[in-house]
Amino acid sequence: MSESRETVIQEFIEAPPRVSAWKRFITVFFGRRIVIFGMIILIGLMITAIFANWLAPYDPYLQDLDNVKASPSTEHLLGTDTLGRDTLSRIIYGSRTSLIVGFVAIFFAATVGMTLGLVAGYFGGWTYSVIMRVIDALMAFPMILLALTIAALLGGGLRNIVIALGISMIPPYARLMCGQALHIKENDYVVAAHAIGAGNWRVMLRHIAPNAFPPLIVLMTMMIGAAILAEAGLSFLGIGIDPPGAAWGAMVSEGYRYLLTVPVLSFAPGIAIMLVVFAFNMVGDGLRDALDPRLRGTL
Amino acid sequence: MVEGDEMSHLLEVSNLKTHFSTEAGLVKAVDGISYYIDELEIIGLVGESGCGKSVSQLSTMQLIPTPPGEIVGGEVIFEGRDLLKYPAHGPEMRSVRGAKIAMVFQEPMTSLNPVMTICRQISETLELHLGMNRETARERSIELLKLVGIPSAESRIDDYPHQFSGGMRQRVMIAMALSCNPRILVADEPTTALDVTTQAQLLELMKDMVDHFRASLVVVTHNLGVVARYAQRIYVMYAGRIVEAGTTKDIFARPRHPYTMGLLKCVPRLDEERGRKLVPIVGLPPNLVNMPTTCAFLPRCPYSIDRCRQEPWPPLKQLHDQHYVACYANMEEKVGELNAK
Repeated sequence: MSESRETVIQEFIEAPPRVSAWKRFITVFFGRRIVIFGMIILIGLMITAIFANWLAPYDPYLQDLDNVKASPSTEHLLGTDTLGRDTLSRIIYGSRTSLIVGFVAIFFAATVGMTLGLVAGYFGGWTYSVIMRVIDALMAFPMILLALTIAALLGGGLRNIVIALGISMIPPYARLMCGQALHIKENDYVVAAHAIGAGNWRVMLRHIAPNAFPPLIVLMTMMIGAAILAEAGLSFLGIGIDPPGAAWGAMVSEGYRYLLTVPVLSFAPGIAIMLVVFAFNMVGDGLRDALDPRLRGTL
Repeated sequence: MVEGDEMSHLLEVSNLKTHFSTEAGLVKAVDGISYYIDELEIIGLVGESGCGKSVSQLSTMQLIPTPPGEIVGGEVIFEGRDLLKYPAHGPEMRSVRGAKIAMVFQEPMTSLNPVMTICRQISETLELHLGMNRETARERSIELLKLVGIPSAESRIDDYPHQFSGGMRQRVMIAMALSCNPRILVADEPTTALDVTTQAQLLELMKDMVDHFRASLVVVTHNLGVVARYAQRIYVMYAGRIVEAGTTKDIFARPRHPYTMGLLKCVPRLDEERGRKLVPIVGLPPNLVNMPTTCAFLPRCPYSIDRCRQEPWPPLKQLHDQHYVACYANMEEKVGELNAK
């Protein structure tokens, strides 16, 4: 009996195990199979993009006019396109375009949008009115239409596509950050930060921005998928990557005329787009659930 | 307040007015208060919720959110300069806040930034005002944590606020506030959110700390008991004005304002006979929108006389030495009544 009492006491003395926020995040995040599936696709995509030189069986730009629109075979796993270029190699190289457009455009949109939203939400008053009315005006246009207009004005090419998509995706970030800043700035620790003599910029960047991040990270992940899809859309419409550059959207566009005869030309890049967008959305969903404060303490 | 002596004070606030414009109307949260604090002095600012005590302290540091709030008048003389002349977020005010006048807030649970480690939060003040680099600031932060009585400070310094209890967080707040050796520490209801045993420890700690750092202390509270032991002088606020001011002895032994008397009657004391009933002040504090011009305490005052109903809010009048009261009624004979109860 005395032994059992000792163990009880021992249990009291030992500090309860701390479940770190990181551990909880990992548990929730990887607790869903679909998220793991999405992560595998994304990691695969990144490896493909980085090591495209080694992974691609052929030069994606090498034309073989004697062997156009070939069906899948052991020589060309996904066949060849209208100019005899190897489809698989072009898809592998196209992953670079997709990733660059997705990440750079989102980075641009997030940086600009979050800065605008933070300034608007923090200062309020006329600063808020001016910035948010401009954002509202941008928001009035559908994202793809806005990107299309800007891309048409700037002309094609990877850089211009990134700029066009970046600008057209600013509004959601600005809106979300503004809302976050509006409610975080009412917290006691913001007053406390002012009370130790911190200036406006310090309070905004050191105290408000880090607290506002979780939903923004989720939004970024989810919108990378949207950016890749939009890039594919623009490329499909012909205002995208300059030929002969490899882009999935452009490949779908080139292939759809032969949809009945050589379906693989459109289907292969189409499935690649679908998988990647799907993966980004699933990972975004997983992130949202894992960062949701309402789930805190349940695991 | 009219000062008899010519000596200049460390901080002298005169006729401070802070108003808030709300949808319901103009709220005169602080309506012409004057007080001062000398070096190494501890003063108490007492009043019930919503009487403007916190707003008055935030106003002296220009931390009132504008809009809706606005400091509409008055002077805050600190080290010979009127702080209200400086823009709220200008470099002059920033060099005062945290470095010269520091504040401890009411809610330790929410006054620390949840995504910054304790080390970063204490260091921030040090880096900001004393120009320390990260290493030195970290060393100093550990020393400060030890000083405020956090056990195993070296390992706790990298914890996040959620890993600390309420009392420990308030200790961290005190460490942060004192990190730059301020002249004045303003404690805005520092113990309200804590349980009673922790309250006593923290008050004791604050007293020790201001002695150690040779700072003056302003304790804002609604609990007369909190200030009784430590404060040299007490200001009693009601509806945005100071209704009575005096030494702690004056306030406790010879209260001259019905409100102060009411406050004393509803605080339990150890040195009284058992079975005394606590007498609450009847009614509610006034709505600060559209206040009458007569004394704001009139509707709740058991000792009102005709003059109270006819004339505007009485100004503070000097009774003797440091004891001031804003009341028309002659309360001296009522004190016996209070003591008899």
